[in-house]
Amino acid sequence: MSAAVAEQLPGTPILEATGLRTYFPIRRGVLQRTVGHVRAVDGVDLSVMPGETLGLVGESGCGKSTLGRTLLRLIPATAGEVRFEGRDVLSLGGAGLKALRRDMQIIFQDPVGSLDPRMTVRQIVGEGLATHHLGSGRERSTRIREILDRVGLRPEAAGRYPHEFSGGQRQRIGIARALVLQPKLVVADEPVSALDVSIQSQVLNLLVELKREFHLTYLFVAHNLAVVGYISDRIAVMYLGKVVELAPAADLYKRPLHPYTVALLSAIPVPKPGRKRERIVLKGDVPSPIDPPSGCRFRTRCPIARDVCAEVEPPLELKPQGHLAACHFAGEAPSP
Amino acid sequence: MFFTLGSWHQLGCALHRAPEPVNLAWEMGGPLLQVEGLRTYFATRAGMMRAVDGVDLAVEQGRTLGLVGESGCGKTVTSLSVMRLIDAPGRIEPGSRIMFEGKDLATATEDELREVRGNEISMIFQEPMTSLNPVYTVGDQIAEAVRLHQGLGQRSALDRAIEMLKLVGIPSPERRVKDYPHQMSGGMRQRVMIAMALCCDPKLLIADEPTTALDVTIQAQILELMKELRDRLGMAIMLITHDLGVVAEMADEVAVMYAGRVVETGPVEAIFNSPQHPYTEALLQSIPVLGMTQAEPLRVIRGMVPSPTSWPAGCRFASRCDYATDRCREEDPPLFATDGQQRSACWLCEHGPRPTAVVT
Repeated sequence: MSAAVAEQLPGTPILEATGLRTYFPIRRGVLQRTVGHVRAVDGVDLSVMPGETLGLVGESGCGKSTLGRTLLRLIPATAGEVRFEGRDVLSLGGAGLKALRRDMQIIFQDPVGSLDPRMTVRQIVGEGLATHHLGSGRERSTRIREILDRVGLRPEAAGRYPHEFSGGQRQRIGIARALVLQPKLVVADEPVSALDVSIQSQVLNLLVELKREFHLTYLFVAHNLAVVGYISDRIAVMYLGKVVELAPAADLYKRPLHPYTVALLSAIPVPKPGRKRERIVLKGDVPSPIDPPSGCRFRTRCPIARDVCAEVEPPLELKPQGHLAACHFAGEAPSP
Repeated sequence: MFFTLGSWHQLGCALHRAPEPVNLAWEMGGPLLQVEGLRTYFATRAGMMRAVDGVDLAVEQGRTLGLVGESGCGKTVTSLSVMRLIDAPGRIEPGSRIMFEGKDLATATEDELREVRGNEISMIFQEPMTSLNPVYTVGDQIAEAVRLHQGLGQRSALDRAIEMLKLVGIPSPERRVKDYPHQMSGGMRQRVMIAMALCCDPKLLIADEPTTALDVTIQAQILELMKELRDRLGMAIMLITHDLGVVAEMADEVAVMYAGRVVETGPVEAIFNSPQHPYTEALLQSIPVLGMTQAEPLRVIRGMVPSPTSWPAGCRFASRCDYATDRCREEDPPLFATDGQQRSACWLCEHGPRPTAVVT
């Protein structure tokens, strides 16, 4: 499978995950025995190329955030392998891990919950510099000022507390904190979902500019396909802990192969009134990740499922149409 | 009962109907709901918060009005004011008119309101989990409304609940009627909310961000359901949302709110194809649409929404507007008619449609 990904992309990936699984135990009873597992990420192979933005979309509970965090080793993986520039992320320890953390940063969704209310912006943004013993006090101050200026905050902001800022500005603080260490990879976990539309465009434009300026690689996790499509070079669609389709952004919109992607695209309300289109309305809800369906996980809601789908799990493989999809009947779902 | 039954208890329990005074304008085929000069203020420690500050809007019978705006623009307070669900320190200021079928709800008594709430006007909320009571079965919660408003007995009210659950597409309703809210998924709970809102055949349904908490595929289900029920039952809908895609898909008319006011209103095609107010235009250009790439930067509305405790003088959008002139900063523009039904509160529209309006 990993070979298929490599085939599609020339060059060496900056981040590569193979057979990655993240399970959360469910404990019950007095003895807190493990009675099952939530299979949040259940066998994901993924490569992120240097300088690209890889979008990760899916509905709530599909494991996209867990995957992002497992890749950064913020959540321990259950199985599999993650390589970042050749380093084995999951087995690093001590100094190696600390060095790795400098190169991989994260921007969180909730600009309120992810900033310590008792720290000033200077402390929040400068914490990473202090942890990594970078520069003298004066150099740090300069660096903090520079990065705040770059994300569009005034120098006075440094002395203030998070509650004094609006949602959009708080997200800018979060971005400054992630970028102050000059990371190579940034995982942006729903960075604009909590923002209003007019503020959302400010932050999206900023992320695009910063990426060009600092030569960043983004893993952009979001549920809004229009937003992900706007910012991403390639998009991975997740369903119930698995990547079901992976394609260049434009390709995914023009030729979605997996029936789930087709349905997801057709479900988005488009701001063009009077545009009549047939919508594929998926029946039912996403099954539980504790006990996913046999075979293809999407078959319970799939409009084109057949007997084989219940028996054989389709691998994510390169389809003749030119990109990766995990479906026995890729491209057969009628696109509205 | 130690706890109110979800939102329902507030929404009332009329047992009988008093004869109603007939308003001629309404009988002549005027709008079902007409709000004029609505002002809802909250007295807070930080000062008087003028959340809704002079809103005019109308919902015609059987039509869907989309009320759009960003957080804090007053759209939810507007809808709660229509239902008179504003608690202290909030207050609907004297002079506000909320005409529903010829009655002024702004001055109606609690008894009169109880008859309207949940019966003729009902409401669905954004978060179905917090709007449902966790300690009663969904069947009991739907049945309560039916018993109170339609005077049915417990058994027939439960039958009606089952019928409603079937109507909103819940599989095996006979079984699900005994479920508690936590046993259902988000999409199912929103269906229950809709069932509850529709069980008394309301003439107006107020839906406040009904799909915002849901995933896109579930949102699609709920929107389809609302459309189908609207066509089947012929009710009017006031749909409050920040999602322009949802508005484009659902609404017949649109009212765009900014800083406690309606800044533009008109038929949905007109609003999307030739937005007259600079705020509407900027809003439409700032959202990424499927298929757009980062090669084209998104339109940015600079700055932030002003604070409701101190709205600026003149046009409230002036400080963020690319077209603002000195006049905008001093004089408050009223809603000017531009084209047909479209109206825009912008000085540029004083003498008809603004020539520069861009089609996105």
